[in-house]
Amino acid sequence: MAVDYGTLKKGGFMRQKQKNNFSLRLRVVGGNLTAKQLATIAEVSEKYGDGHVHLTSRQSVEIPFIKLDDIDAVKDALAEGDVQPGVCGPRVRTITACQGEAICPSGCIDTYALAKELDDRYFARELPHKFKFGITGCQNNCLKAEENDLGIKGGIKVKWDADKCINCGVCEKACRVSAISIEDGKISVDDKKCNFCGRCVKSCPTDAWDTVHGYIVSFGGLFGNSINKGETIIPFIEDKEKLMKICDTAIKFFEENANAGERFKFTIDRVGREKFEKTIKEAYENG
Amino acid sequence: MADFQIDDYVDITDVVCPTTFVKAKVALEELDEGQVLSIKMNDGEPVQNVPRSIKEEGHKILKLINNEDGTYNLIVEKVGD
Repeated sequence: MAVDYGTLKKGGFMRQKQKNNFSLRLRVVGGNLTAKQLATIAEVSEKYGDGHVHLTSRQSVEIPFIKLDDIDAVKDALAEGDVQPGVCGPRVRTITACQGEAICPSGCIDTYALAKELDDRYFARELPHKFKFGITGCQNNCLKAEENDLGIKGGIKVKWDADKCINCGVCEKACRVSAISIEDGKISVDDKKCNFCGRCVKSCPTDAWDTVHGYIVSFGGLFGNSINKGETIIPFIEDKEKLMKICDTAIKFFEENANAGERFKFTIDRVGREKFEKTIKEAYENG
Repeated sequence: MADFQIDDYVDITDVVCPTTFVKAKVALEELDEGQVLSIKMNDGEPVQNVPRSIKEEGHKILKLINNEDGTYNLIVEKVGD
């Protein structure tokens, strides 16, 4: 029987050097797994693999040394523990995320909830080439947003609330980009310098800031054979509806314009950055 | 500047992150609720991060005083036992 590697790849089975052995990539969202899922993965690895797993660079888990004949049994065993195979090949890949504001004191957005939402919306969608989403909660960028085809970074837009302020002076020093200045007890924020890191808000003892939590989105990042830092078009996207609209628009642009096997950055370069920027700006304004 | 009744002082300019916060935290533990601690810290990383950590511990920051010599005094009221 001829082995259909394309179909296997689509289902997360990566061909190994060792004949008829596959490394099975699993579906992981935002880097989180439950204890039950981990136990199931351990069992499958012992029973059908060689007793070890590999953690991929993008928060997935692969179980190597799965035999071709066991593929269906492995899928069934995993399903019982709420584990699904992942994907490889030309489609939307694992949605990666840091822990975000649900866990991390620095987080500005709920990265896991967003990763779930993007996973439900796009995971495994067929495209001309691989497409990677990555979500990081703040400017610390633990999740390296700009190395993804579409990177999302959480941020906080701030406005000083004079009534609550006790003029302690902490925010001016907490700011790493010197955007905050204090004169005669009045605090000003230089919009040109502010990078939405939210450190002023997080350090303020009286929460004297009006805040909008939002998203900084970058496009066309790569970190493989070619390296490119994804670029931002809209400085700050203040609501999730608009964010989703922009993600839809970017994926549609890629789907309609990319050549097979061409990463997003190269599609943008070939078709024209201006055209892409115009498309995104229109989606933002009409969103 | 001296609007505060300071009950105790701690100098964390001789240690680096994360010991800065640990030293401040230990000093706060010595105090009773409502007492005020003055924490002397260096410019840069300590003054960027220590106030926020103190806030996250639930204490009340009253003032950050610039000593104009590359150090700051953070005035903190202890909250909780």
